[in-house]
Amino acid sequence: MIPANVQEAIHQALREEMARDPRVILLGEGVATKRPDLVEAFGRARVRNTPLAEGIIAGTAAGAAATGLRPIADLLFAPFLCFAMDEIVNSAGKLRYMSGGQFKFPMVVMAMTGGGWTVGAQHNHNLEAWFVHSPGLKVVMPSTPADFKGLLKSAVRDDNPVIFFTDMALAFAPGEVPEGDVTVPLGVAAVRREGTDVTLIAYAKTVPACLEAAAALEAQGVSAEVLDLRTLKPLDEATILASARRTGRVIVVHEAGRLCGVGAEVAALVAEQAFASLRAPVLRLTGPDAPAPSSFLLEQAFSPQPAAILAAALDLVGRTEPAATLA
Amino acid sequence: MKKRPRPADAILTLFRSRRQRMVRGRCGSEEEDAVSSSNPVAGPIEMLRQMLLIRAYEMKIVELGGKGPFPHVCTCVGQEAAAVGVVAALREEDRILTNHRSAGHLLARGADPGRMLAEVMGRATGYCKGKSGTLHISAKELGVLLTSTIVGGELSLATGVALSKSMLKEKGIVACFFGDGAAAEGIFHESVNLASVWDLPVLYVCENNHWQAFVHRDETMRGAFIAPRAAAYGIEGLTVDGNDVEAVHAAALEAARKVRETSRPFLLETYTYRLRGHMEPEPAAGADPKELEHWLGKDPIARMKRTLLERGEATPEDIAAMEAEADAVVDAAEAFAAASPMPAPEELTTEVYA
Repeated sequence: MIPANVQEAIHQALREEMARDPRVILLGEGVATKRPDLVEAFGRARVRNTPLAEGIIAGTAAGAAATGLRPIADLLFAPFLCFAMDEIVNSAGKLRYMSGGQFKFPMVVMAMTGGGWTVGAQHNHNLEAWFVHSPGLKVVMPSTPADFKGLLKSAVRDDNPVIFFTDMALAFAPGEVPEGDVTVPLGVAAVRREGTDVTLIAYAKTVPACLEAAAALEAQGVSAEVLDLRTLKPLDEATILASARRTGRVIVVHEAGRLCGVGAEVAALVAEQAFASLRAPVLRLTGPDAPAPSSFLLEQAFSPQPAAILAAALDLVGRTEPAATLA
Repeated sequence: MKKRPRPADAILTLFRSRRQRMVRGRCGSEEEDAVSSSNPVAGPIEMLRQMLLIRAYEMKIVELGGKGPFPHVCTCVGQEAAAVGVVAALREEDRILTNHRSAGHLLARGADPGRMLAEVMGRATGYCKGKSGTLHISAKELGVLLTSTIVGGELSLATGVALSKSMLKEKGIVACFFGDGAAAEGIFHESVNLASVWDLPVLYVCENNHWQAFVHRDETMRGAFIAPRAAAYGIEGLTVDGNDVEAVHAAALEAARKVRETSRPFLLETYTYRLRGHMEPEPAAGADPKELEHWLGKDPIARMKRTLLERGEATPEDIAAMEAEADAVVDAAEAFAAASPMPAPEELTTEVYA
């Protein structure tokens, strides 16, 4: 393992995948400007700055993917995907099916999402559920540098369109990445911490929040399991259900809004298939149904914090004493 | 009855007076007007034969749509010359992306009318196994990547297909067919701009048919023509009389030659008219009767028949035989489609992912 933050892990994955496969290209606003070493290594034909026009960037990626290239489109910030919904959802996601399987679309769309940089609502919006709801797409949202690298490498090698979100709060989170060509498979959740009393299910920035809450829970004699979904589509239903059956209590935690969010799907899945194991209702802790604020204090309050996760878990296990606090 | 201004008609009269029956966009140069009208692949008889097949196919759709429950289809009646003239200028290695009025492009490319009708009718023998329907037919074996019913969807993918051609060093160009409706969308600008900036081999073909779904072009655009916009992107553009198949073909050959030689996009506009409604079953509802009558008088097929008879290249008997052949092919296509099985229910969720 070597030390690397999330940005570095992403860059390593891009560099290694471009070196491995000459069909991999990178396009987007400023990708050549910001990654000069990739331009030097692979040339301007494969690392292309684009106009500020997300629709044609994504459409070009889809057309190129259908005809032999493996493009990675960096669309910068998740709200900008609104400009590229037609190309991503109506074209990349649907044309394999509509053509009766004649074409495939091996492409990756990258975007940053979530609070952490006080960029405000037009640069910060957790849209992952939109894409989970769209057939033909895969959706990845890692939480550790190692996973950013391993999952991005898998996304580049996948023959389907993959939406790859970077939670801004994690962009410079320190960590380690494995040496060599190590991939992390799409569609497999990680058990970050084992436990027996309650399962905390999270992805992206709420994974560290849940781990912090789990440590505080342990100090109070409550054993919390923490699942990192990593891939939202395909969703690792088996790991979710196994944990729910083991602990009988589930809290889903994400920053995106609650209504029709990924947490709703996880809660419904558990209710449908593990109801007999449940000892308490499935809870959801999410961001509010409001645009993301810019002010740092409000932005922090937007995302479920460890204290709220801790309180919810204690409540769920029937602990009513008020002394629960974080270390 | 509202009288619509038709400033374009006067200009079209000028087109016809020119030797090549075409006029350049503002950035074209005069010496490039010397266009050969000869085509080693598609002669005038063959082009008439293709137009007759397209018309027979589309009128079969109209007939079937009028009989009872049948999928809604957007026909290209009136635009046959635009399709045949351009597609005849393409080569096997070229790729095509088109729009919801794609039957002309597909049939001109050599598509099997039986498999097309089967697709429209949701049969397993259709080009896309019944998963596309009429609005999204792809045929990889013909180099047709996409029929987009998202207006302008083909414009956004065309740049990527051309990028593959360019980066993988494959021969051939990309022909992207769209209408004046798509030209009113932002993606038109985004696509042509990027293709120009990146030197991508795209032949943009705007079939300016006066109609944008249910809205006449006069309500949504200033000016009658799209091709002059080419100048703003630093590329060449040309407007051609889209109801004159030989003029379209000559212009497309020249435009395609330039795209091949320069790896630069070219904006070719075929000025034509949609003779039926937006979607079947619907005649040209909403059209100004005088405008419709004017364009019916310019029907590309009747016109090509007259031309061939005048030049002595075909007899009335020859033409009657070609018409009978087209009808027979389409009748056989209908029989094939009607006898084809529906997809198995398990097909519902296959081929979502690779």
